[in-house]
Amino acid sequence: MTSAREEILRRVRRATHDVPKDEHPEDVPVERGYRKEDNAPRDEIVKRFAERVAEYEATVHRVNESDLPRAIAEALERRGIRQLVVPAGLPDEWIPKDVEALCDAAQSPLSNEELDRSDGVLTGCSLGISQTGTIVLDAGEGQGRRALTLLPDYHLCVVREDQVVGLVPEAFAKLEETVTDEGRAITFISGPSATSDIELNRVEGVHGPRTLEVLIAGQPGDE
Amino acid sequence: MTIEAPDAFSGGKTPNFEETARESLTDSQLRRNLGKATQTIRRKRAVAVEEMPDWEQLREAGRALKSRTLRHLDEYLLRLEESVTRAGGQVHWARDGEEANRIIAGIAKRHDAGEVVKVKSIATDETKLNEYLEREGIEAYETDLAELIIQLAGETSSHILVPAIHKNRSEIRELFMRKLGVEDLSDDPPDLANAARLYLREKFLKAKVGISGANFAVADTGTVCVVESEGNGRMCTTLPPVLVTLMGIEKIIPTWQDYEVFMQLLPRSSTAERMNPYTTFWTGVSEGDGPQEFHLVLLDNGRTEVLADEIGRQTLNCIRCSACLNVCPVYERTGGHAYNSVYPGPIGAILTPQLVGIGKPGSDSLPYASSLCGACYEVCPVKINIPEVLIHLRGRVVRHKQDEGGLKGKLDPENVAMQAMAKTFSNLRLYEGAQRAARIGQWPLARSGAIHRLPGRLAGWTDARDLKPIPEQTFREWWRSRNGSGEGT
Amino acid sequence: MRVALFVTCFNDTLFPETGRATVELLERLGIGVDFPLEQTCCGQMHFNTGYQREAIPLVRRFVEVFEDYDAVVAPSGSCVGMVRELYPMAADLANDKHLAARVEELTPRVFELSEFLVKKLGVTDIGAYYPHRVTYHPTCHSLRMLKVGDAPVKLLRAVRGIDFVELPEARECCGFGGTFAVKNADTSIAMLGDKLRHVLDTEAEICTAGDNSCLMHMGGGLKRLRAGVRTVHLAEILATTEEKITP
Repeated sequence: MTSAREEILRRVRRATHDVPKDEHPEDVPVERGYRKEDNAPRDEIVKRFAERVAEYEATVHRVNESDLPRAIAEALERRGIRQLVVPAGLPDEWIPKDVEALCDAAQSPLSNEELDRSDGVLTGCSLGISQTGTIVLDAGEGQGRRALTLLPDYHLCVVREDQVVGLVPEAFAKLEETVTDEGRAITFISGPSATSDIELNRVEGVHGPRTLEVLIAGQPGDE
Repeated sequence: MTIEAPDAFSGGKTPNFEETARESLTDSQLRRNLGKATQTIRRKRAVAVEEMPDWEQLREAGRALKSRTLRHLDEYLLRLEESVTRAGGQVHWARDGEEANRIIAGIAKRHDAGEVVKVKSIATDETKLNEYLEREGIEAYETDLAELIIQLAGETSSHILVPAIHKNRSEIRELFMRKLGVEDLSDDPPDLANAARLYLREKFLKAKVGISGANFAVADTGTVCVVESEGNGRMCTTLPPVLVTLMGIEKIIPTWQDYEVFMQLLPRSSTAERMNPYTTFWTGVSEGDGPQEFHLVLLDNGRTEVLADEIGRQTLNCIRCSACLNVCPVYERTGGHAYNSVYPGPIGAILTPQLVGIGKPGSDSLPYASSLCGACYEVCPVKINIPEVLIHLRGRVVRHKQDEGGLKGKLDPENVAMQAMAKTFSNLRLYEGAQRAARIGQWPLARSGAIHRLPGRLAGWTDARDLKPIPEQTFREWWRSRNGSGEGT
Repeated sequence: MRVALFVTCFNDTLFPETGRATVELLERLGIGVDFPLEQTCCGQMHFNTGYQREAIPLVRRFVEVFEDYDAVVAPSGSCVGMVRELYPMAADLANDKHLAARVEELTPRVFELSEFLVKKLGVTDIGAYYPHRVTYHPTCHSLRMLKVGDAPVKLLRAVRGIDFVELPEARECCGFGGTFAVKNADTSIAMLGDKLRHVLDTEAEICTAGDNSCLMHMGGGLKRLRAGVRTVHLAEILATTEEKITP
């Protein structure tokens, strides 16, 4: 009795019998005439990233790297954050002293209820995509496992200017190693969650953080 | 509670497109909502695409990548199975919808899951998974806002991307108050969304098993992705300890790099955004992050039949963006239900009959649900030549009727008329004779310079249009009288 | 250059005035056309309705009748579309490589009228005079299959005395679609309604196009509505001069 696997493979081979036996997949020409890299000046790329993230109704501030701890503290204060979820690997100086930090660690992960009850989460990121205003998380250092940026209602994300790439193809190129070698999960975030399902009115925030705030940190003199 | 609306995949007899369209065309609210929606998305899509100087190059790369994958699908399937397994996932193969449902229900049962949460997957609608799970005593909760609305209302989707487009806010408010047990609710969209959020959050946190579809899966790395807007996809693929993903075998792409093409084509073509709010790419199982058990169910259910048709094969390029729906003048007016399939619109008209097989009266009418205007082909991000496939399928439908339909097929009035006309056009004497005969024969029908009513099957024309009578002199009669019987001037 | 007129079975029988106008305007430009009497039908109706085996003899006939000419001109975007875009598919279906080769050789020489004038002959002003308010509907085949572009509009704008007005949402299909108009009459009529609304909004007296199939559908609807707006084929407008008035 043939297994489903054998049967399906047999059907596929029979269906593609018109393909010459000596043709390999790479023999099928794929012309990649699209843009692979953005040649615009760096400051233009970062500026466009900031603009496009803001277009998604996320709050965006550009700060000097040295001002980052203060900017983070002010953002959390404005939001009234008391309990803050913090992934492993975040720089200590980023976490304000007057906030209760709920640290998620591999040996002692926060429960879903703790994540749900918290006021927000603070993370870094893997990279930013200027063309589409996208923030990319790769579950790495300072970003944490996926549930951390999913259950809390507020996400404050720090993007360093040197993490911003111009075009989508550049992002996938940079992420390749993480995926092929470590198989970590990748999350693309382009604005807070939204739906257009009620009479096509775009409504923010169904699931996932309803408020996304982004701090873009650069070296002095970059602006 | 789910209601099974009979469609092309339910196995029973489905009505013709003409019949269901006739009814839905009279639904004034649908016409208004759908017209407004498709016009809006159309305009937005045009803006999103105009911004891209390399859009045509991306389309060509998308088409070529799909061609490469489909021509070597067996090799890619094996690569995918290997890479997913290596990454800690389990791969299952399902020849048809029934088998897929059985596998998924089996996994849920093994984990004692009386409830499962689902993120929208048309493939699960195709296999009628929810109905199957219900019969097995498992409750499946749809978590997309529109799918939730439809599930609560006991209806079916009318658009790939905006399934509840036919419902307005006050209907939704009434539905939520009744079914979600909410006492006080306004019909303001943010309030409605919040009601859904609270209701579903509880479900996400409790569920043992999450079920999803997949937009793409990379053969080389085993990376699967879900492209979404609301965040429920992230919820379903992250929180439950067990994740089951149902995926059509045509969704494979070769390498991780190839995402760079499709993740540019899809958002602008579907929601007309530069990028959709959330996309999750996961590879098998990640320790300490997300589900610790991942099952990928590969679905055939007729896709190998589509693959076998050399002209129809391009149908499998589809990345389910719905751009074709939004530009189709037929879909805009008839709505999705008229197609009697989970796949509506232009893509549905070619995919449905190929999946279920030619020779079924209901789905056989779908290739004719088109004026062949070609607007769909213009916007398809993976360059499916939908008009070409429509014409090709019409040929298959006719040939099937003629060859397998027996005497009834041969005596079909349309067939008889077409045979006669082909003969007439093949012979000059017959052709010119027919021209004269028609001119004479129209006399009873032509009154005061117009024909108001044509007989029989042609009556559809004169239901709303006048017809000018055949003129007294044909062009060739004029030519002959001017030039003699010679050909040249 | 030996030029043949492919008048189309449709125009031959129902719209001979379009054929006459095409001959007249080409002769006015110094192009003498032949009309090979053996021509009948390109086979589009059969092919597009699914009767493709039946269309193959018609494809062969067309190729045989026209392949010796340097150019073939037709006042019909849809028929030229059939020949250029679908004849290769027909030859494949017939499993006839010889026919496929002949089709490939012939199809680049088959032109719709407006593209023949503007792209092949390089003329936009052909000395026409037509003092009416006119709007133009780009038929789907000429727009998307043949990609005639703005050739028809260029020709119309060059007509003396014309009051040319753009048609809103012009790219939308009128709903004819061949046998679709009868097999899916309800949807066809729904599409027609919106197209006519746009035509009437232009306040044009005349709606023109390069295909009498669409014009018959739109004109039939306008007539039923007693709208007082007429449809006239592009060739007939272009054939009209001060001396030769076509109504």
